[in-house]
Amino acid sequence: MNQNSGPAVVYNDTVVRQFSLMTVVWGVVGMLVGVFIAAELAWPDLNFGIPWLSYGRLRPLHTNAVIFAFGGCALFATSYYVVQRTCHVPLFAKALASFTFWGWQAVIVAAAISLPLGYTTGKEYAELEWPIDILIALVWVAYAIVFFGTIGIRKVRHIYVANWFYGGFILAVAILHIVNSAEVPAGWMKSYSAYAGVQDAMVQWWYGHNAVGFFLTAGFLGMMYYFIPKQAERPVYSYRLSIVHFWALIFTYMWAGPHHLHYTALPDWTQSIGMVFSLILLAPSWGGMINGIMTLSGAWHKLRDDPVLRFLIVSLSFYGMSTFEGPMMSIKTVNSLSHYTDWTIGHVHSGALGWVGLISMGSIYYLIPRLFGQKKMYSVKAIELHFWTATIGIVLYIAAMWIAGVMQGLMWRAINADGTLTYTFVESVKATFPFYVVRVIGGLLYLTGMLIMAWNTWMTVANGRAVRVAVPAPQAA
Amino acid sequence: MDILFLLIPLSVGLGLVILGALGWAVWRGQFDSLEAEGERILKSD
Repeated sequence: MNQNSGPAVVYNDTVVRQFSLMTVVWGVVGMLVGVFIAAELAWPDLNFGIPWLSYGRLRPLHTNAVIFAFGGCALFATSYYVVQRTCHVPLFAKALASFTFWGWQAVIVAAAISLPLGYTTGKEYAELEWPIDILIALVWVAYAIVFFGTIGIRKVRHIYVANWFYGGFILAVAILHIVNSAEVPAGWMKSYSAYAGVQDAMVQWWYGHNAVGFFLTAGFLGMMYYFIPKQAERPVYSYRLSIVHFWALIFTYMWAGPHHLHYTALPDWTQSIGMVFSLILLAPSWGGMINGIMTLSGAWHKLRDDPVLRFLIVSLSFYGMSTFEGPMMSIKTVNSLSHYTDWTIGHVHSGALGWVGLISMGSIYYLIPRLFGQKKMYSVKAIELHFWTATIGIVLYIAAMWIAGVMQGLMWRAINADGTLTYTFVESVKATFPFYVVRVIGGLLYLTGMLIMAWNTWMTVANGRAVRVAVPAPQAA
Repeated sequence: MDILFLLIPLSVGLGLVILGALGWAVWRGQFDSLEAEGERILKSD
């Protein structure tokens, strides 16, 4: 890092710092709401009869907070950092970059107010009402301009693979959001979807699964391809495979959505296409997972000493696990057992807590000391503690949901000799109670880890100062 | 299933855009010396 006294061009890290810190803040908030609603499922009285605290209103608040506030801020922070560092230029359109920060925070606050008040479109992961949808679209277009503008003015001829993943994520999410949120306003906070019935369901899950594929996968793979090599101080195991990974993933993901609608009014052939494409996705997913983990080839000992690297690598093992589980659950016969049970919730959380959560935390642990002029986080021991509380929390959570889910599926389909159902629905709810309690404990552990991270971040920032990092002088490529 | 008249052209169109991006990257020599590019990010910030 050459910090000349001259008027050197510096990276725009202000917006990276803002998004990084808000990642930690929204992580705590989103996970706290998650633990609370998990407790509500075990002990329903916890809503105290207050509508604003009811499960139905807080659940979308939880999903929006962890996906779009925590995950979204992590994606903004890391993409702005990575695109500058790999292109050797400061961000294009500084004011627009600042607008994306304040605009995105406004979206989050609007969600945190409107969802508990009961305003919702009823579309999963797209619950926000139309005025907020418009703000999201504006922020997203600004994000695309800043990101692709920075690529456009790059000083390094080659576009590093992480940028392809971030770019694919930004473009796909723009299209998904605009198509799925097409709605007819009927007042300031009320609208009707532009589509009806099964058409609406198809658009919703075309959106829903691609939100998983592009928001929660492609974007975080961008993080993986930059922060794992940097933290391990080794190049990606096979750069060639990373390029194949990118193109294979984005060509296949768009078609997997119908697996959310097995055995519904959706035509059978559409369901089967969704299933087949979901199975194909196993190949690029595992190719990328193996590529990331093998980056440590010959340097496995670093895992023992470096908790940040452990966050990044263990996240990939959860990525591998959930991208194996997902295609299996998309097979119709498996789906007939798993769908509508807590197995799905377990699957989502092995992806969300294990993959998205751990890779974001690892990347933020990499960023915070560098953004605030420190060599490392205030307490490396605390990172270690965070790692173990989070990992144990995830294992408790997903194991409880696996058992609960399979049990529910089996109870619901059990039939007596005379053709009547063996169990009433409420019997399956009663049988699930202990697993709901275990889930609360798992979630509490995961939240505890996040609180440790918040404390560690606070101490690191308090002891540091915002540094200005000069852009390296252009060199012959 | 009228919605397929929107979603299939949209997805095929997007596929063509992606194909175009892939073509651009290949013809512009983005993937000519791949292993060296993996090393580059480790050298400087």
